[in-house]
Amino acid sequence: MKKYKDVLFDPIFNNNPIGRQILGICSALAVTSKLETSIVMSMAVIFVLSFSNLSVSMIRKHIPNNIRIIVEMTIIASLVIIADQIIKAYAFDISKQLSVYVGLIITNCIIMGRAEAFALQNPPVVSFIDGIGNGLGYSFVLLVVGFFRELLGSGQLLGYQVLKLSTDGGWYVQNGLFLLSPSAFFLIGFMIWVIRTWKPEQVEEE
Amino acid sequence: MKVLRRFFDKQEKHFTSGGKLERLFPLYEAVDTFLFTPDKRTEGPVHVRDVIDLKRTMMIVVYALIPTVLMAFYNTGLQANLIYQQTGLPGDLPWQAEVIRALGVGFDPSNLLANVLQGALYFLPVYIITLAAGGFWEVLFASVRRHEVNEGFLVTSLLFPLILPPTIPYWQVALGISFGVVIGKEVFGGVGMNILNPALTARAFLFFAYPAQISGDKVWVAVDGLSKATPLAKFADPVMEVTASWWNAFWGFIPGSMGETSVFACLIGAAVLVITGIGSWRIILSVVIGMVGMSLFFNAVGSESNPMFQLAPHWHLVLGGFAFGTVYMATDPVSAAMTRGGKYVYGLLIGILVVMVRVVNPAFPEGMMLAILFMNVFAPIIDRIYINRNIKRRLARNVV
Repeated sequence: MKKYKDVLFDPIFNNNPIGRQILGICSALAVTSKLETSIVMSMAVIFVLSFSNLSVSMIRKHIPNNIRIIVEMTIIASLVIIADQIIKAYAFDISKQLSVYVGLIITNCIIMGRAEAFALQNPPVVSFIDGIGNGLGYSFVLLVVGFFRELLGSGQLLGYQVLKLSTDGGWYVQNGLFLLSPSAFFLIGFMIWVIRTWKPEQVEEE
Repeated sequence: MKVLRRFFDKQEKHFTSGGKLERLFPLYEAVDTFLFTPDKRTEGPVHVRDVIDLKRTMMIVVYALIPTVLMAFYNTGLQANLIYQQTGLPGDLPWQAEVIRALGVGFDPSNLLANVLQGALYFLPVYIITLAAGGFWEVLFASVRRHEVNEGFLVTSLLFPLILPPTIPYWQVALGISFGVVIGKEVFGGVGMNILNPALTARAFLFFAYPAQISGDKVWVAVDGLSKATPLAKFADPVMEVTASWWNAFWGFIPGSMGETSVFACLIGAAVLVITGIGSWRIILSVVIGMVGMSLFFNAVGSESNPMFQLAPHWHLVLGGFAFGTVYMATDPVSAAMTRGGKYVYGLLIGILVVMVRVVNPAFPEGMMLAILFMNVFAPIIDRIYINRNIKRRLARNVV
């Protein structure tokens, strides 16, 4: 049991895919201007990541080594199409805001990385849990970044006006920088700083 | 002076190890060495000795900035008083103007004292807030990381108010300099480690976060809600008529950021920096050459719809922040290129980029800030190329 727990929770703080492995940055910059899109994107990534790990792990002994990347890509691409279709069917507005970035989950390095590094060597159940764990680690960063960007950039959370804007007679002046993608870089940098101050063993040796 | 010195010596025991305020030692050390020459001497086998150290370098930059500060006082007041003369005093005055009225100095734009006093009332609060907010972060990082607060911060905190418009809200000043000091400098390890100029980083933060308060037509004159574009913006707009003469722009009697308008003041500063060897004349020269070359190129190409294509090099020189940025910011010894050849490339590219942003990009009338920051990022790569070339050349010379 301990092993499953570690596989599930380690990627959130100890070995976060974005904060520690520095993977999947591009989508973290692109979709986090609002909390809502961050949540949907996180769910899509957890779904694709866990099931791609499960599928790759189930057939890991049958995949010829020299075409394994192609096989993995086929599995991942099929899962991404399913996720994309579901989002289009049930949350069309959000799917329009996410635009190409759901499709681009295919190129998200975390998914390939976990399939290569974990699922090819481990049995299906633990691979599935590893997928969920890494998906949660990714989601954690996305949600924090999305929270701050939406709050500071437009004074809203999930579309509700939390801070009253100065343009409507309130006190909060919108910070336009947080609506631009580079702000996610600053926020992720801050998060890495905070996590590494809290867990100094993550700092690379010089 | 002796009284002050004795006071410092008496306080020292609180800050040295074991004292009550041990953690605040960097603050004590900073104030002490800002005011007095430190008594530390080089010890041990040091053979190269030089009068120029970090302290002296940074203080000379501060001295070189004094002409622009004086112009900031004068011109900020002048621009506001010119408007008051035209339109009369409005009903509700900003507090600065209330103070002037209470003192009975008046609002006559031909009165030197009235202008300087009004400008000072706009500039000094911004400067004091910059010192307080930026100083807070400096001391915090210095206490935690156990390095010292040095004169570099005096330069940053003086540059920053000079490149802000007079109407900037005070909380934005504090936020901007906090960002500049922390993200622009301290996260990289403090003075000497930063890849970007901290003052420009702070301004870039405000520029993208709160564009309404730092760009456009409403912010450049210290009168509430008045729309008066800078001459640079007027050149970019085919409808507006340019009223400023070249000599006005040269002396700095035009609306703009507080310290950047006067090319004359920047030239004095440039002379100080170049003669003392603090600022690199190679960078200043090559920025100007890059700017002249690129604007002549655009003049030759020409454009029907974009009047900026026709702007001659001598106008580019006196408008916006070109002179200020060239003299004080492009030459920043930390973030600029270090190698001799690299400095020419770095400067030329800044000059070229400024004109490109000004002329081709309609969203940004001014390009100096972006051009310098952009080249700051590339300076280490330029240096690397030149250093590697040098290594190769010397290897080839000593081939066995």
